[in-house]
Amino acid sequence: MTATDTTPAALRTEAEPARPIQTRSERPTSFDPADFGAPTGREVNWKLSDVRRLAPLFVDEETEAGDEPGIAYDVDGIAERGLLVESTGHDAAPRGEIFRPEDVVSAIAWKRCPNALHIRLPEGQEVAEPIVARLHGLGADRHANAHIVIEAQPGSIGTVVLHHSGSARYAQNVEILVRAGARLTVISVQDWDDDAVHASAHQAVVADGGYLKHMVVSFGGDVVRVNPSVRLAGHRAEGELYGLSFADAGQHLESQVYLFHEGVETRGDVLYKGALQGTGARSVWIGDVLIGSGATGTDSYEKNQNLVLSDGTRADSIPNLEIETGDIAGAGHASATGRFDDEQLFYLQSRGIEEEEARRLVVIGFLMEIVQKIGVAEIEERLAEAIDEELRRGAGLAPATRAGA
Amino acid sequence: MSVLDIKDLRVSIETEQGKKEILRGVDLSISSDEIHAVMGPNGSGKSTLAYTIAGHPRYTVDGGSITLDGEDVLAMSVDERARAGLFLAMQYPVEIPGVTVSNFLRTAKTAVSGEAPRVREWIGDVRKAMESLRMDSSFGERNVNEGFSGGEKKRHEILQMELLRPRFAVLDETDSGLDVDALRIVSEGVNRIKAETGLGVLLITHYTRILRYIKPDHVHVFVNGRIAEQGGHELADRLEEEGYDRYLKAGV
Ligand SMILES: Nc1ncnc2c1ncn2[C@@H]1O[C@H](COP(=O)(O)OP(=O)(O)OP(=O)(O)O)[C@@H](O)[C@H]1O
Ligand SMILES: [Mg+2]
Repeated sequence: MTATDTTPAALRTEAEPARPIQTRSERPTSFDPADFGAPTGREVNWKLSDVRRLAPLFVDEETEAGDEPGIAYDVDGIAERGLLVESTGHDAAPRGEIFRPEDVVSAIAWKRCPNALHIRLPEGQEVAEPIVARLHGLGADRHANAHIVIEAQPGSIGTVVLHHSGSARYAQNVEILVRAGARLTVISVQDWDDDAVHASAHQAVVADGGYLKHMVVSFGGDVVRVNPSVRLAGHRAEGELYGLSFADAGQHLESQVYLFHEGVETRGDVLYKGALQGTGARSVWIGDVLIGSGATGTDSYEKNQNLVLSDGTRADSIPNLEIETGDIAGAGHASATGRFDDEQLFYLQSRGIEEEEARRLVVIGFLMEIVQKIGVAEIEERLAEAIDEELRRGAGLAPATRAGA
Repeated sequence: MSVLDIKDLRVSIETEQGKKEILRGVDLSISSDEIHAVMGPNGSGKSTLAYTIAGHPRYTVDGGSITLDGEDVLAMSVDERARAGLFLAMQYPVEIPGVTVSNFLRTAKTAVSGEAPRVREWIGDVRKAMESLRMDSSFGERNVNEGFSGGEKKRHEILQMELLRPRFAVLDETDSGLDVDALRIVSEGVNRIKAETGLGVLLITHYTRILRYIKPDHVHVFVNGRIAEQGGHELADRLEEEGYDRYLKAGV
């Protein structure tokens, strides 16, 4: 196995030796919140999380009954297009076909959501227009729980966007089923207000010849944890897992990513990029890739890159790669965290470009690799706008201390 | 006619061992349409002079002045200097991931001229400039300097100079790393721009080769942070023959 990297010279690259995941594939699961108990912060999947701020989501209480919902679901457009399946109860397939809660928040979300939102791409059809579900939080003090099923039936093609805004304490499960030969893009956008608390567990399976592009785009919220887990089960299944985050002062943005190569000749690509700015800005990325014993011919690569724009931030980046078969096409991983590069800024300014514009170019340039994979104009525009807002907010901050200055 | 005037310039940098003096009183005056060649041993401070003119934050000016037609250049920010008409073709151009050459050029042009260029005209100008520098049009879609070969980076610097139309350009070893054909193409570019706009040039080089194409009006020998001797083209030829020993031994 090799660990190679194509990061710009400005970014320090640490090609770490592969560390076995061991427990990742055998992590305990349960539908009963009591089996987990409230996390202490010492557990492997919580140790870099902000357990204190996530605590409201550890409360196992009725949330979806009363007349004060936490989240307004705007899915009318999806229903009109005939892509919504009515009321999916706890026992109604395909809900629960592959989903197994791995932590207490996820178990509560499962238990407390009587009717899952089920979006389905019909067999053999290409749905050209992106399917956008707008999830709007109705109050920072409101607790909500949801289970969402996204199913791409055999041979279907389409893009599903979950766009989160407003504020809430929102626990969410997303169960993604990519049937044989389907090509599905799922984009979860965390465009929350500053006080939202959000934890989401995505679990996906990709069947023979299927393709999943999964994207996590987080820039809003107080603490946001979106953990995607993708199993490439079928022959030649493909998974591309991308993430983009922009954490500013006091924000905690987290993704624990798991990609399991199970089938033969599967291909996986994981790329997460994060920018951090302002005191207490924190990002956590844990990337586990497991190449199973039957996954011969696997081709897999994972990378996390962070760009630090000011002092007082912290980025945790932990790639893990475990290989159970010797017969693979290729596998590698890389992690790099770098400070904003003064030389880049100087180069741009020396061409007449003002400092603020130069900073914007460098940051957008850094994130561009992910932005250009989104492919949904509305989201790309919103993201560009959000990045500008973040940079304006950070304009007064001193740049990250230069190494060796 | 414009004048870039450098007087008794003293520059230092902060190092881990403390303050280090690099420029020890540089006097140099360049007028429009003039070409000044600066030659000197490694580490004598040539790039420091170039960066200081451009305003790189690493260098501290301890004394002296730089003026452009009487305006205090040292009081300007880096981008203001560029907008005032100064250009630095860097010895080591910087890679900017995710920013395409065409986006970069358009942003820079807009910044320097204060308004966005007219689209059709601009596209034509860029294409023409790239053709004359023998740069493939595919460079427009590549990220700035990323994966460029040494020579491609230098051509890209001259491309920017051609499009941004500065009044004064500092070329820091633009000839290093160029093959024979590229050297001629780049030199032609400099001469063409000079003929069209009356550009004044400060050409930093180690080799007389480029001086066969770009004829200097003045040659300066740079040693230990200051100008040790001045002359015409013949001085360059002598340096190539004899090296810098004479100056170093003299203990300037
Ligand atoms: N960051 C730094 N730390 C320590 N010394 C430095 C630093 N930057 C420049 N110097 C020193 O300043 C001196 C002048 O450097 P400069 O790059 O200006 O030389 P130069 O004449 O351009 O050389 P060359 O012909 O090799 O390009 C050198 O001795 C160099 O080592
Ligand atoms: Mg130099």
